[in-house]
Amino acid sequence: MMRALIFVEHLDGTVSDAVNEMAALAAGAGLICQGIICAGDANAINALAGQLNGFETVVAITDASLTNYNPASTLIALESVVSSLAPDIVMTSYSTAGVDLAAALAVKTGREMVGYVSELSVKGDEIEVASQIYGGKLIARTKLSGHSVLAIMPGAAKPDAVAQMSTAPEVRMMQVDLSANRIRVKEVIAPDTTGLDLSKSEKIFCVGRALGGIEKLEIAASLAASLGADLAGSRPVIDAGWMPKAHQVGKSGTKVKPKLYLMAGVSGAPEHLEGMADSELIIALNSDEQAPIFNKAHFGALCDMFEVLPALTKRLQGET
Amino acid sequence: MHIVTILRLNPVLTDELELADDGMDIDREWIGVELNPLDDQALEQAVLLKEQTGAKVTALACEAEGGEKLLKTALARGADDVLLIRLEQDEDAPSPSSRARMPLLVDAINNLSADLVLTGVLSTDDLYGELAPQLAASLGWPQASAISDVTLDGKVITVRQEYAGGMAAYLEMDLPAVIGLQTATKPPRYVAGSKLRDFLTLQVPDQHPTVNFASDLSRETRLELPDTSVGAEMIEGSADVIAERIHKILSEKGLV
Repeated sequence: MMRALIFVEHLDGTVSDAVNEMAALAAGAGLICQGIICAGDANAINALAGQLNGFETVVAITDASLTNYNPASTLIALESVVSSLAPDIVMTSYSTAGVDLAAALAVKTGREMVGYVSELSVKGDEIEVASQIYGGKLIARTKLSGHSVLAIMPGAAKPDAVAQMSTAPEVRMMQVDLSANRIRVKEVIAPDTTGLDLSKSEKIFCVGRALGGIEKLEIAASLAASLGADLAGSRPVIDAGWMPKAHQVGKSGTKVKPKLYLMAGVSGAPEHLEGMADSELIIALNSDEQAPIFNKAHFGALCDMFEVLPALTKRLQGET
Repeated sequence: MHIVTILRLNPVLTDELELADDGMDIDREWIGVELNPLDDQALEQAVLLKEQTGAKVTALACEAEGGEKLLKTALARGADDVLLIRLEQDEDAPSPSSRARMPLLVDAINNLSADLVLTGVLSTDDLYGELAPQLAASLGWPQASAISDVTLDGKVITVRQEYAGGMAAYLEMDLPAVIGLQTATKPPRYVAGSKLRDFLTLQVPDQHPTVNFASDLSRETRLELPDTSVGAEMIEGSADVIAERIHKILSEKGLV
């Protein structure tokens, strides 16, 4: 059987949900799962290993530089373990750490790499993966035959697809020389909880880049106020400075699960879906027929949002 | 201090994407292209660092078409110098991926004696790996992705790396280094058309590739349009009809 080595990402003592999802995805494809945990000390390793499900063994590396996620020392550790164990597939989540590590590891170890992976199947020696590219507007199906690195989209599998194992995986400590590390973690910043907390919102109205400019924000703010919703933005809206960071939904913003997620001009790239796909009711307005959000939303309208938004605001204000 | 910022052209994703006959690439004949929005952020951050520290900024592109205009815009935005690696478009092959172009960029970065490389954290077609970590791995330099703040202090750079859920960390990195930028400290600046016209007649310095593309899996990949038969219940009609229907849905769900 093929073996998958899964990078066990963790933050503040908690294993990322994506880790057990990757184990479920690998198990579903008939792979044996090994984990690699990088942490500050053995106590942290044991606490993290206890949160894993579906892993036969875990390779653990401890070092003071690994207490918090460090891109350079983690890459050195990962490269060393991959060179030593030679797994068929290395899997990372498509997260900040995954972006840092997967492509770099592929170059360092001479492996093929495929990102944005949402499906995985194995037939004999052949691996086939499906990925979402061009903001989710296209599916890429890639066949791999050699040793590879895959960056897996969060939500690619349900972690409960693997039967709960009664025992934690066997942990093997491994020594790795991390002296070549040239990055130092100076400060870890907790989320700002003093202002808007979209994770607690019951109704969210989110606008995307198609809004066109900060001068048009009033149209969106007026609708949000009429709806009693919090106003949010996709990454390009925040990057353009139209709204503060606390209003960002998605991979690099806040993960939300409101009763209503109304969105206008948001294409529905995988990075955005990651932050709002569990919303109870999703209504999407977009002028692009191919916008991938229409595959995820419950209701959609192909329209000019600058015509629909004022009309909806009037209705909400009881003017029609 | 020499900062190299790498700029890439992306298909305009609001345009309709069609597939090439062999399914190995999108049909690029009529598709519009634009500066990768995250590379736009990287260019802005490079110019901000120049203004703060006096560093030199070189904008680097590796394109078959459109590279001259891209780099002239970079000059108008504040880059000191530009370099175009001029690709020959092979009509029978998919457009080269970030992984394929990586050795060409590494070669140029080495020749430019860069201290810091800034590029966007991702491009929407980075199927075979994002550019910044591949460059760093090949150069043997430290790298960090998803960066939203950069400060330079001598031979050390401090960056803010963003994680899910609003977590972040400040990392101190020894130079030379590569940064995959997510958000510049300030939004990309507007450049007036008159300033762009100043560079219209400029001859963009260029060179042909001196090394080969890296291999990737582009010949083992087939593209598909997603199945659109499942998904949203579409509301059709005029703006008033759509607004009325949405209002009704919200009322039925007890949301208004």
